[in-house]
Amino acid sequence: MSLPDAHIDKDAVVTPVVVPPALEAIGLSKSFGSVSALSEVSLVLERGTVHALLGENGAGKSTLVKCIMGYYQADTGRVSVGGVPSRIASPRDAAALGIGMVYQHFTLVDAMTVAENLVLSRQKHPFVFDWAAETAAIAAFMEKMPFRLDPSRPVNMLAAGEKQKLEILKQLYLGSTIVILDEPTSVLTPSEADEVLGLLRGMVKEGRLTVLMISHKFREVMKFADEVTVLRRGKLAGRGRVADLDPDAMARMMVGDEPPRATGTRQARERGDVVLRIDSLIAHDDLGMPAVSDLRLEVRAGEIVGIAGVSGNGQEELVEVLAGQRQARGGQIHIAGSGYLATRAEMRVLMVRCLPDEPLRNACVPTMSVAENIGFRRFDRAPFRWAGALVNSGALRKHARALIKDYGIRTPGPDVPISGLSGGNVQRAVLARELSEDVSLLVASNPCFGLDFAAVAEIRTRIMEARNRGAAVLLISADLDEIFALADRIVVMSDGRAVHETPIASADLGVIGRHMAGHA
Amino acid sequence: MSAMAGVVMGVVGGAIRISTPFLFVSLGECLTEKSGRVNLGLEGTLVMGAMSAYGISYLTGSPWLGVLTAGVAGVAFGALHAWLCSRPRVNDIAVGIALMLFGIGLAFFLGKPLIGPTAPHLPSFSAGWWSASAQVRSALQINALFVLGLVTTFAVRFVLLRTRWGLVIRTVGESADAARAMGYDVARVRMLATMAGGFLAGVGGSFLSLYYPGSWNEGLSSGQGLMAVALVIFARWSPLRCLAASLLFGGASALGPALQSVGVTSGYYLFNAAPYALTLAIIIATSSRDRALVGQPAELRMAK
Repeated sequence: MSLPDAHIDKDAVVTPVVVPPALEAIGLSKSFGSVSALSEVSLVLERGTVHALLGENGAGKSTLVKCIMGYYQADTGRVSVGGVPSRIASPRDAAALGIGMVYQHFTLVDAMTVAENLVLSRQKHPFVFDWAAETAAIAAFMEKMPFRLDPSRPVNMLAAGEKQKLEILKQLYLGSTIVILDEPTSVLTPSEADEVLGLLRGMVKEGRLTVLMISHKFREVMKFADEVTVLRRGKLAGRGRVADLDPDAMARMMVGDEPPRATGTRQARERGDVVLRIDSLIAHDDLGMPAVSDLRLEVRAGEIVGIAGVSGNGQEELVEVLAGQRQARGGQIHIAGSGYLATRAEMRVLMVRCLPDEPLRNACVPTMSVAENIGFRRFDRAPFRWAGALVNSGALRKHARALIKDYGIRTPGPDVPISGLSGGNVQRAVLARELSEDVSLLVASNPCFGLDFAAVAEIRTRIMEARNRGAAVLLISADLDEIFALADRIVVMSDGRAVHETPIASADLGVIGRHMAGHA
Repeated sequence: MSAMAGVVMGVVGGAIRISTPFLFVSLGECLTEKSGRVNLGLEGTLVMGAMSAYGISYLTGSPWLGVLTAGVAGVAFGALHAWLCSRPRVNDIAVGIALMLFGIGLAFFLGKPLIGPTAPHLPSFSAGWWSASAQVRSALQINALFVLGLVTTFAVRFVLLRTRWGLVIRTVGESADAARAMGYDVARVRMLATMAGGFLAGVGGSFLSLYYPGSWNEGLSSGQGLMAVALVIFARWSPLRCLAASLLFGGASALGPALQSVGVTSGYYLFNAAPYALTLAIIIATSSRDRALVGQPAELRMAK
């Protein structure tokens, strides 16, 4: 295989002193049981650069960095830091070598303060803390940083962008010189992402840091990275200088020779009737704090309304209210003119269907079979109800078999527990259940989160087809690309309210980003 | 002295006397739960502690050696619980119930010869020397373990809030992932927290056999260990509130006998149910339909 290797060591010719790379991984392989997650992957991280690690879900990016960090032990291969071969057996060893990692999900302790979290991350602690002195020392440290946070604030009061800044501050506080970030912007608005990455890049250019960043956002890679390494199915698929590449070239490295996949065609439709009408909806979160406040929203037949917003601005609670998992504190929901309280009977009569977040947890009983999970909407009605009160499991299984075929669900059979299926196939099974009957309203929340390209394309196509058949679709997604790909109309939710609305034709990313961030 | 004052003194005395085992067990459980694990087996630990303390006190003549032995027995039970829970696919609730039954059974088996003989008791002192009333003096009879319990309450609080150990325990209990990312061994921290919790529960047990009621028999605990575990939820994982809850529970438990002592005999059993009614009432009053429990370590929220 010829690698599109654009990196030629030109600098070495010009300057007599060869600076060893900050970090080098050579031929790393890692298997889990019989599954090879990583095979013979090498990566060179030059000092004073931002290096992007690109790849689809399951391409081995996380496995690679976890091997570097000492989280996993690679089966073969070695790592050298600053030109010196190093044995990294645990994240502590990595920390001792000045390598720190910012994980995809925050590793902050929510119930503790900024100061406690920073102190906690340190390797050495006195037995008894003098919190006044610690807080003062942290305030002094913050003075020297490009961005600041109040040390006494509890982390659960911070916005997502602030948490991400705290994760980065933590690495600087620890004195890390190499920082690895796992999809650092996945929970940020575009402007927050630009701010955080810009700050990081500034520190790299000042020579304080070297950054390795896992990403799948070409925009960020193009704008902030110097070099890129691309993985595909656990193997090195290419690498080079970002300046020499364009998004198309990187996408080809990421997906290989697989044909491009469409999202389904949007058919032009007449303006439909209002199917979902939400008036002054109020809902509280698990802490009893207002999450959805005075939300007004309409979705018409044959349109997809995309709800954009930073996660944690009431979208989750809105979906839970519509799915019957949370009681509203006020306001009304009407579906096709009838009041709707999300009971099972109403969902059936009004044809409301839902693809919630984390389908295995919110839409399935993991230990029950695929056939049973597919039958949840209908098992108690003919033809599955049998002799008054019994369930005809034969009919249920037959029904499931047909849908498994139609929706291409990869499963050993209808009788295995659904928890054994991959994420994409669980979502296909839920999709089969929710879309196999007539649908007047479909609520889909992050339907493609964590799925691979093939599953994403297929699920988006199914959602588009449901719209083309005349269903009203409410799509909630933290992924703006997804909303732009599917929606007819975009509504931005911030702080529990619908703060901005625009047809897709005139949608502007900058304007939407500002509304997501709550300043507009 | 009026009947009313008599009832009040009875309740105060009861709060001091009866609260001690509740206090020790709930502090122990609080410590364990702060690390993100539930040990429901403390009822068994309590009974084992009571039996072993009585036995050692009887054999050696030293009640304090008995208290220490009870603590050591508690450590052993805590270690067993933690070890079982660190195995794959083991549920801490189920292990806790099994160890509760095991502890009670083992204590009954080993304690058969101890029913009857009298062991030396723990010392106590009177804080009622200023009063002429015998009732006040008897109510303010304070045992040494109660004082130790007060000290332990503040010590546990100090450890949790101000020390390295406390920070690590809270981190493990709030986010095992965060703790692992920092290189802490989550299973080990939980094991140590469970062992420390077991020590306290064992010491709580020694109070039952060595002070009040003050002898070893099989009906000694009657579920006090289980109730103390529930008190931790009631106290929302704060050592100081564990103390308050234990005193409240102890005082309410003494209401029936106190009323009886001044001649109110009707509804005796009803008044004996006062602690439970009170607990229920407070839990209902402070809980909410759509709000999660405040103060609960985040690791306990997930069904495992």
